[in-house]
Amino acid sequence: MWNIITILFGSTIRSATPLMFTALGGTFSERSGVVNIGLEGMMTIGAFSAVLVSYFTGSPFLGLLGAIVSGAFFGWLLAFLSIHFKANQVVVGTAINILAASLTTFLLVEIWGKPGQTDNVNYFTPWGPFNMFTYLAFILVGVSYFVLYKTPFGLRIRAVGEHPRAADTLGVNVYKVRYICVILSGILGAIGGAALSIGSISLFKEGMIAGKGFIALAAVIFGKWHPVGAALACLFFGLADAIQTVSMSLGLDLPKEFLFALPYILTMMAVSGLVGKSVAPAADGVPYEKGEK
Amino acid sequence: MENRLDEIKNSAKNTLKEILYPLTAIVVSFLAGAILVYAFGNSPKVAYKALFLGALGDLNKFGETLVTTTTLILTGLSVAFAYKCGLFNIGAEGQFIMGSVAAVWIGWALEGLPPSIHVLLTLIAGALAGGIWAGFVGWLKAKVGSHEVINSIMMNYIALNLSNYLIMTVLNEPGKAFSFEIAPTAKLWRFSQSFEQFKYSRLHIGIIIAIFVALAAYYLLNKTVTGYEIRSVGFNPDASEYGGINVKRNIVLAMLISGLFSGLAGAIHTAGVQYRVNNLFGLTGYGFDGISVALVGNNNPIGVILSALLFGVLQKGGPMMQIEGIPKEVVGIIQGIILLFVASNFVRVMVQRYKENKEIRAQLKKGEVK
Repeated sequence: MWNIITILFGSTIRSATPLMFTALGGTFSERSGVVNIGLEGMMTIGAFSAVLVSYFTGSPFLGLLGAIVSGAFFGWLLAFLSIHFKANQVVVGTAINILAASLTTFLLVEIWGKPGQTDNVNYFTPWGPFNMFTYLAFILVGVSYFVLYKTPFGLRIRAVGEHPRAADTLGVNVYKVRYICVILSGILGAIGGAALSIGSISLFKEGMIAGKGFIALAAVIFGKWHPVGAALACLFFGLADAIQTVSMSLGLDLPKEFLFALPYILTMMAVSGLVGKSVAPAADGVPYEKGEK
Repeated sequence: MENRLDEIKNSAKNTLKEILYPLTAIVVSFLAGAILVYAFGNSPKVAYKALFLGALGDLNKFGETLVTTTTLILTGLSVAFAYKCGLFNIGAEGQFIMGSVAAVWIGWALEGLPPSIHVLLTLIAGALAGGIWAGFVGWLKAKVGSHEVINSIMMNYIALNLSNYLIMTVLNEPGKAFSFEIAPTAKLWRFSQSFEQFKYSRLHIGIIIAIFVALAAYYLLNKTVTGYEIRSVGFNPDASEYGGINVKRNIVLAMLISGLFSGLAGAIHTAGVQYRVNNLFGLTGYGFDGISVALVGNNNPIGVILSALLFGVLQKGGPMMQIEGIPKEVVGIIQGIILLFVASNFVRVMVQRYKENKEIRAQLKKGEVK
């Protein structure tokens, strides 16, 4: 019994780690008022870039840096189009997802000369029971909470997401805050992706993200747009995943599809007010137009 | 008389503009694709020749392109229709899956029916399944105000897992990772049955159904009271409410109809092409492609038909590039860039800014502005 609990615990944390980075990213972006459907694509890009850079330099640290740079770029792209061109944020996010999936597979074939997966590269080996990424994820949850709720900058982020006009009137640069938050969400999403590639297996596989970006998005909502809430939601979704793995080895007759679908069902219940109502930041998804002088 | 002529001129000019903007986006995206292909040491000319010959080279290839176009018309319509009501249906993906499963169920379980009736029932079942799946999201929006984008994303993955569950249990072909095959009476008529020219393509009657549905959607949106109400809600829900239109009812209705189209897409794909449903590892992409199709088609049912043809060519031609040693993913990259351009109105905004700047410069010259 104790054995199973240990396995369940470890497996939960490991499944939750990549989700936590990405969900924190989503929290920052949505808190500033930009919906980020492109998290899935940002994870894909991050997972790939990390392997790519590690492959050419032999250093997983540089690989992580590569993921950060590529994630920042896609975050910037979303910010640029949704802030300056007032593009539909959901469409831009969808475009990023399509682009990321195609671009990574294209480069995979061009560089490694075969479809499917890359070669093995140097990666982050576990420190103790977990990988470096896991410890970093938990630290970042605390940092994000502190930044959002205990610093002037965090107050500005929340103000911009709730009532950009009022924030603007008080001298907050709405565009700048949104740029920072969305780029940050790209970076965190990409680190989440890297945690899946150079943080657990040592390669990039086509389709390896498989909806994890959308689960992270669900965690943001289920966690009520709060970093600690989002992290707890990730752990909970990780548990559902872990139960599914363990139930197979235990011979439990739980349909695995039900466990896969559980995070989504719960999130729908949360936004519908069945399990504690989740309310989005008021200006989430609404482009801000500066008034005339 | 003079006025009328000007009016026609203006409207023609506007239509031209509406077509010109997406067209520019498409051209620019193809150029970007060409640069990428060139950067990796391949010839863009070879790539695009393979692409277009692969999609349009002969009647069989064209037939296969139209098979993809059929699905894209319907999922594109689905996204476009909801958009007219101010709703973003990112759930076409899930509605498509539900449509496929319902079609396979009815197509397999019913026996001894005359073919025309069985086919009809199969398609209706699929459309209804999609309609209910989307209608529920609309109902949630109307009832508790939860956002349709979030709910449809969640419903996509619930559909995926529900479909996999059914396919691996009640509908499972023993020992296989797919469902039973539908009965011959539930299969759609294929062109190859009567036309030698389409012998090697799976082109089926679905393309005609899809075009017919697009025309019906155009009629419904533009010539009926229901369509007027739906567009009015999309344009300004508050004013519509004030004007006596039941906003909530129209939100549910628009989502439901939108879901009917995606569900029908799934049913047609099942009854015309696949005959079974596979155990899926991830979403199929047809619904997300519907977003591209709808946007490039300017959310207009007729525009949707044309843009579905374009994306059909891209998707069917892509694998032919692979034979020339160029990864077919170039197509996805082109599609993503087109979407970015169209979503941001990039060309329009740039043209506007250029004009404004020109004006300011002209005024500066005259010394009107200091």
